[in-house]
Amino acid sequence: MTENAPASDVMVKAEGIHKLFGRLHILRGIDLEVRSGQVMCVIGPSGSGKSTFLRCINHLEKIDSGRLWVDGHLVGYRQRGDKLHEMRESEVAAQRRDIGMVFQRFNLFPHMTALQNIMEAPIRVKGESRQVVRERALKLLDRVGLSEKVDSYPSQLSGGQQQRVAIARALAMEPKLMLFDEPTSALDPELVGDVLDVMRQLAVDGMTMVVVTHEMGFAREVGDSLVFMDEGVVVEEGDPREVLTDPQHRRTQDFLSKVL
Amino acid sequence: MTQIDTTEPTRPESIRAVPVRHPGRWVSGAVILVLTAMFVHMLFTNKQLDWSTFRHFFFDGGILKGLVATLELTVIAMAIGIVGGIVLALMRLSSNPLMSSAAWLYIWFFRGTPVLVQLIFWFNIKSLMGDVSLGVPFGPVFITWDVNSLVTTFVAAILGLGLNEAAYMSEIVRAGILSVDEGQTEASQALGMRRLQIMRRVVLPQAMRVIIPPTGNETISMLKTTSLASTVAFTELLKAGEDIFNANYKTIPLLIVVSVWYIIVTSVLSVGQYYLERHYGRGSSRALPPTPLQRLRRNLTTFHVKPPAVREGSA
Repeated sequence: MTENAPASDVMVKAEGIHKLFGRLHILRGIDLEVRSGQVMCVIGPSGSGKSTFLRCINHLEKIDSGRLWVDGHLVGYRQRGDKLHEMRESEVAAQRRDIGMVFQRFNLFPHMTALQNIMEAPIRVKGESRQVVRERALKLLDRVGLSEKVDSYPSQLSGGQQQRVAIARALAMEPKLMLFDEPTSALDPELVGDVLDVMRQLAVDGMTMVVVTHEMGFAREVGDSLVFMDEGVVVEEGDPREVLTDPQHRRTQDFLSKVL
Repeated sequence: MTQIDTTEPTRPESIRAVPVRHPGRWVSGAVILVLTAMFVHMLFTNKQLDWSTFRHFFFDGGILKGLVATLELTVIAMAIGIVGGIVLALMRLSSNPLMSSAAWLYIWFFRGTPVLVQLIFWFNIKSLMGDVSLGVPFGPVFITWDVNSLVTTFVAAILGLGLNEAAYMSEIVRAGILSVDEGQTEASQALGMRRLQIMRRVVLPQAMRVIIPPTGNETISMLKTTSLASTVAFTELLKAGEDIFNANYKTIPLLIVVSVWYIIVTSVLSVGQYYLERHYGRGSSRALPPTPLQRLRRNLTTFHVKPPAVREGSA
């Protein structure tokens, strides 16, 4: 297995990933590679497995078959000789520190202010000093354009503002990789732009990102590669501008004709 | 661009209509008034009530001692109940099947038998186990205690009430934990938090909003259930009253003394519960609900500026 380990500039490598929920075969052999600093956008109809694949990358879902590496390390397993050992919960948690994730429904902690939401993990997980974390959190809030909302609770923020806090919360852990699970799908149309702006800036700054999205404009403009998934397989992968304007596969053409 | 009119808009004229009549309110009001008058009349004229005895024993030393014992029992039994309940709830939700079945068995047993039976059981524990000893199971023994010196009536009451309460509290805590959106756990996991951290920092604080109100009820209920301890010869509030009326036969006045103390304490507890709920409700709604004082002040101020149209119509 070790000979298949990815090259050093590959952030995510997926090899023959299968995932079943009971009898539902949701991922049917995914092979993908995301290079460091790249932005990969994943599109596809609902139920195609794109969110599930994203959740496999930080082991929120356990894969049933295949291998998955993040930054050169197997996710959720340790290789000893030719045997795989399941990682303990604490080891999985340690792996997740370096992988930020942004959810469709924000999932901010409602009992904490925006600032507390951002400071929680660096203090509790990384054990950093409150002072250092506080400064970084304030900078991040400024970066996502919410420096005035430091002491607001999530319920006092609009959806777009909540999602930007959620992005800042993930960035506070200084991750190597950011996963976005339909970050704008739960937002009112006029709030989508602010969130996409933050993500665009993040891409410019060189963050490696995997983005499950329905925003074709964003994919075209920011994405380095575009993946079209359907029924648990990667149907088409390539340069976003080419895939979007000249899709090669029938299913891609069908899907794009419906959403564009 | 349209100009935004910044001047105060002229207030539209309020509707002046004859309000709906409520004859039922007048009838029911009259009935309640008559009943209240009869009750108050009875309070003042019934010789059995004997208010001088009530006054005499309200701050009696024995009664106050009993009150303190009741409070101690309530606090300690509830503490055992809450801590035990959290532990049992976590065990039941654990992925370890041994843990969850053990918790299930405990809850099944303690909810399945009356608390009075459990109390009497603990009181008679001596006849089940002669001595308690510390040592290696089935092996050598290091220290031995006599059970009666360990399980005093106070300890029997605490064990009976506390262990029983833990079974009920665990269901309340479990419901609270399950009420927290799974996305909260996922977000915490994605940040690299560990299971215990997630429970303590994210899930339990949010579960509190669901847990606190029934826990308040349980505490108030516990305060009153402690009176059962009087049956195992533990001198709490009711037993203190009984001891007095067994000597002077003034049963009713002393039962009223005891009841009034119970009502005073439960009222204080209800106020405490309100503020606790308010504390754990932060973040769940845009503005915190007002405290009773704030509400009173606002009611008093708005009372003055009520639109006069309403009064005119009903005149």
